[in-house]
Amino acid sequence: MSAAAAQDTHIVAATAPLIEARNVTRILPGVVPTTLVHNIDLVIRENEFVGITGPSGSGKSSLLYLLGLLDLPTSGEVLVRGQETTNMAEEDRAHARLTMLGFVFQFHFLLPEFTVLENVMLPMRALGQLSASAMRTRGGDLLGSLGLGDHMNKRPDQLSGGQRQRVAVARALANEPPVILADEPTGSLDSKSSEQVFEVLRDLVHRHGKTVVAVTHDLGMAARMDRQIELIDGAIVADKAVLVERI
Amino acid sequence: MNLILDIAWTHVRARVRQTGFAVAGVATGVGFSIMMASLMQGSQDDFTNRLVNTLPNVTVSDERRSPPPQPAATLYAAAEIHGLTPEARRRGIKNPLATMAALEAWLPGAVGPSVKVQAIIRYANHDIATNIIGIDPRRESMISDLPKQMRGATLNALFRATNAIVIGDRLSDKIGARIGANITLQTSEGARLNAQVVGFFHTGVRQLDESTAYVLTKTGQILSKQTGLINELRVRLREPMTSREIATRIENDTGYKSVSWQEANEDLISTFIIRNLIMYTVVGAILLVASFGTYNIISTITHEKARDIAIMKSLGLSEYTVRSIFVIEAMIIGVAGALAGFLLGYLLCLALGSIEIKNPFLDSDRLPLAYTYTHYLLAGAVALVSSVAAGYQPARKAARMHPVEIIRGAT
Ligand SMILES: Nc1ncnc2c1ncn2[C@@H]1O[C@H](COP(=O)(O)OP(=O)(O)OP(=O)(O)O)[C@@H](O)[C@H]1O
Ligand SMILES: [Mg+2]
Repeated sequence: MSAAAAQDTHIVAATAPLIEARNVTRILPGVVPTTLVHNIDLVIRENEFVGITGPSGSGKSSLLYLLGLLDLPTSGEVLVRGQETTNMAEEDRAHARLTMLGFVFQFHFLLPEFTVLENVMLPMRALGQLSASAMRTRGGDLLGSLGLGDHMNKRPDQLSGGQRQRVAVARALANEPPVILADEPTGSLDSKSSEQVFEVLRDLVHRHGKTVVAVTHDLGMAARMDRQIELIDGAIVADKAVLVERI
Repeated sequence: MNLILDIAWTHVRARVRQTGFAVAGVATGVGFSIMMASLMQGSQDDFTNRLVNTLPNVTVSDERRSPPPQPAATLYAAAEIHGLTPEARRRGIKNPLATMAALEAWLPGAVGPSVKVQAIIRYANHDIATNIIGIDPRRESMISDLPKQMRGATLNALFRATNAIVIGDRLSDKIGARIGANITLQTSEGARLNAQVVGFFHTGVRQLDESTAYVLTKTGQILSKQTGLINELRVRLREPMTSREIATRIENDTGYKSVSWQEANEDLISTFIIRNLIMYTVVGAILLVASFGTYNIISTITHEKARDIAIMKSLGLSEYTVRSIFVIEAMIIGVAGALAGFLLGYLLCLALGSIEIKNPFLDSDRLPLAYTYTHYLLAGAVALVSSVAAGYQPARKAARMHPVEIIRGAT
């Protein structure tokens, strides 16, 4: 294969839409219905590093849950790799989450009774495609690459906040999903740990070809991402790609 | 280990005390169910055995189910004839030896001829209506356990005196007759005979011990004033539980009324059915109550683990997987409870079996208990099914939980 051809395929792959929101609105029913987000049109492409910013209560988390198939839109549709997901069976949506989407929440959300390695292996075991030893090796490699090689057999409560958050990243990567969705992954961390976690996420995009969508309050951090989306009152008010601007 | 089992086991293990209570509940239910079933079955078996071993399995008598029609009624079928008594037949089974031989040709068991006479025993101011049965002591061991149930003498003592008689021990207590006593037998036909008590028997069946006496066939025939009379064939089968079918066949073959021991004790058997019904209801209620404990603990775990459920669901574990985790937890409780219950039930049976009680209706001073593995299987299966049923509802609810709601609540 020629270098030019390889370049071409890279460009095609880089521009393929991964997650697409089409006129998505989510209203929480109730005595006074709450609009979480409305009329969202958004395309997340391969190998993008996207930051979502906005004031508290503007619907950042809600949007992330919708893009990650954790929540269903009241109207509109969400497509993953071109496939419509809102009418999917719950089981198929779960499978899409298991294989295509990795979640990292503000609080680490690890299972407390299991070791770090077992937590990372959980999605692999749920998918059940690898042998036990292969899962172990892959889990160990992931943790090692995130600087947690020495902590594999500890319980989550024996780790620092930053370490836990990196374990959560390792777990999100377990089944090699193309997309990582992170909701304020550094929100509960000090600046040093925040920087570590940020670098991990950036490396995923720049070195490993993943797509990362991260909600953040930290405008400085958002500025270092490749694309920034700003939400106010449940609507997108700005969507700018840093690279384009720089050119 | 399988992921579902692994998580389920982790949840259960982390709550030894709480799950321990649920397990103890199931175990108590299973244990007492086994004990109760064993006691019920034991006393029923004990009684049935006594009936089966003491009474003939099938009794063929010289009666018919419906009285024979009068010749006049058959001859003049068109005419209505009132006031006719049924035709009187000569008493006794016709050709008893040939009939017996015919039966013994196919019956899986033995047949013995006897004479049954109703008589009043007179002794020391007592008049007691009694069934006198004339038997052949040498054949009796093939037909009933009477030779084994003799007290104070063997059945062969009947040969020792003219008009010798053995009577039930309760009967002897009632009239105060001891061995050697001379009693008078009197029938409604006017026959009268002096007989000498040569022994007692005790079957454990009150009705027999109180109002039955055995004599030689010849003596019976004298009492009934009919030489050579055989009015009853007593049958013992190798498989007493087949008596009903065999009795029907004998009746069809010979035309004589044949009564199986089940038919003769129908009221008793229906009492057993009611008793078993009560037992199963109570046992079912015990196990149902035990399953409430399982329901409780599974609901508690699903509430405590709401966050973990949200994590698992957000990672992409399916509803089915999450539900299975909690159903398996209920199953673990059910299995552990059943196993502990087996042990408890067995120990309770041993304990009950070692208690000495004086029971006027029982010969032994121990409670009769049946150790049957089916009781264990049944109680175990019911415990397991009710545990799973109890765990299913909270498990389903947990699996349907919306992860977003919990994650929103946590952040
Ligand atoms: N369960 C709920 N019931 C009612 N309103 C809710 C619920 N969850 C969220 N909201 C409201 O929906 C809106 C969007 O919430 P969301 O969590 O998406 O905002 P956010 O941008 O992530 O905020 P933050 O930066 O504080 O995390 C907010 O106004 C919030 O108050
Ligand atoms: Mg938020």
